[in-house]
Parts: sequence; C-alpha cells; structure tokens
Amino acid sequence: MHALALLAASVTVIGAIMVITRKVAVHAVLYLVVTLLALAALLVMLGASFAAMLEIIIYAGAIMVLFVFVIMMLNLGQPDSAREKEWLRPRAWLGPGILAAIVCAELLYCISPLSGSMPSLASITAHDVGLSLFGRYVLMVELASFLLLAGLVSAFHIGRNRMENR
Amino acid sequence: MPVFSFNDTLLLATILFSVGLAGVLIRRNMLFMLMSLDIMLNAAALVFVGAGARWHDAAGQVMFLLILALAAVETAVGLAIILCLHARGRPTLDADTGNLLQG
Repeated sequence: MHALALLAASVTVIGAIMVITRKVAVHAVLYLVVTLLALAALLVMLGASFAAMLEIIIYAGAIMVLFVFVIMMLNLGQPDSAREKEWLRPRAWLGPGILAAIVCAELLYCISPLSGSMPSLASITAHDVGLSLFGRYVLMVELASFLLLAGLVSAFHIGRNRMENR
Repeated sequence: MPVFSFNDTLLLATILFSVGLAGVLIRRNMLFMLMSLDIMLNAAALVFVGAGARWHDAAGQVMFLLILALAAVETAVGLAIILCLHARGRPTLDADTGNLLQG
C-alpha cells in the first residue's frame, strides 16, 4: 500500500475516533471536517475525483455548516465569554490543525513536480457518472428528489411548530 | 498496481463503520449521535466508491451521490428535531430523555 494512502487512511481513522470521544461539540465538528477532508483525499486516490469534490463541497461545506449553526443556536451551558475562551485555547484546535496540516502536506506533495508520476488508476470521470446517473439510474434520481422534498417538508413542519409556540 | 486495493478499502470502511457504530452506542448526546451516523454513512459510501473503482463502473459513484443526498436529508431533519426539542425547554441533549414526543 502506498505511503500516502496509508497516511490519509490513518488521519481518517484518528479523526473519526477523536470525533466520538470529544466532550465539546465544536471540537468534534473540527475533527469531523478533517476526517472528511482526508476521506476526500482517499477518494481521489481511488480514482473518484468527482466524488471527492462533492464530498468536500456538500459534506465538509454544507452539512458541517448546518452542525455549526445548530451548535450556535443551542448555546448550551456556559456564558459566552467563558465559552469563547474555552474554544480558543490551543488545546482545542491543535489536534485538528495537525491532522489538517498532514492532509495539506500530502496535497502539496502530490502537486509538486518532485513526486514523480503517481501510479494512476484509470479514473471514472464526471462524464461517466453523469451518463450513468441520467441514463440507467434516472428513476433513482427521481426517488432522491422525493426524499429531498420529504426532508424539506418535515424540517419546515418541525420548525414551524417551534415558531408558533413562542 | 493500484495505490489502494479493494481489500484495503474494505478494511478501512469496516474500521470507520465500527468507530461510527461505537459512537452511536456509547454517546448519549444527540449531536454526537448524528455525527457518528455521518461517519457510518461515509464508510458505506467509501465501499461503494471502492467497488466502483475495482470493477471500473460508474454505478459506484452514482450510489455515492445518492448516499450524499440521504445524508443531507438525515442531518437536516435530525438537527431540526434537536432544535425543536431544545425549544420546548429541555435543558439537556440526552437522547434517553426524548421518549415523550407529542405531535
């Protein structure tokens, strides 16, 4: 197994273990973002660069922002200043920072001309995925749209009840 | 020789899924349970992409896209439920106390 793949895999597993053992939810979100970034690097090594981009954009972008918003709205326990002080301590961001630096170093190594030619897998491009998605699997796209609509309606319903109770 | 063989992918996905499952089982905080669910979904998606790379089929990434949509819906609805429970005045996020939902 290639050393880069081993490194990314270990960052993924370490990040996942850190996610489920943190006490503060924001620290867990930081580790989860690093885990998703390392997983995206693994997907690139598997020849699925389109999936890796989607992983970064949708997971590490959109879904993690949802988590951060909800944690901000919940506002559990401590008063604000004490909580900010707790979150800005180096102990809080040093672990995710180091893991993210490892992933970033991997990226820089791969795009530098020193690394030689990677043993490239025959990759599956977005073109193939699009042809398959809207050809054979077009019914599943419709089903996924039903699922998204159902999620939208139920989230709106739950939120609306909350507004009326206030 | 590929960088990442299918056996390695399966092993990594198994480890990730076990970590996520352990997170759901040992944590009672609902936010952490949602994050563990996301880890488990990621492990399943990794198996799909690895299988797609192994047999050189685009269907693996199609399944990855659908899992992504599923994860987005699951997270949105779960977080909405958490906010709803919180707005009704429960001071804790403990999942064991949420057995009396009404409406």
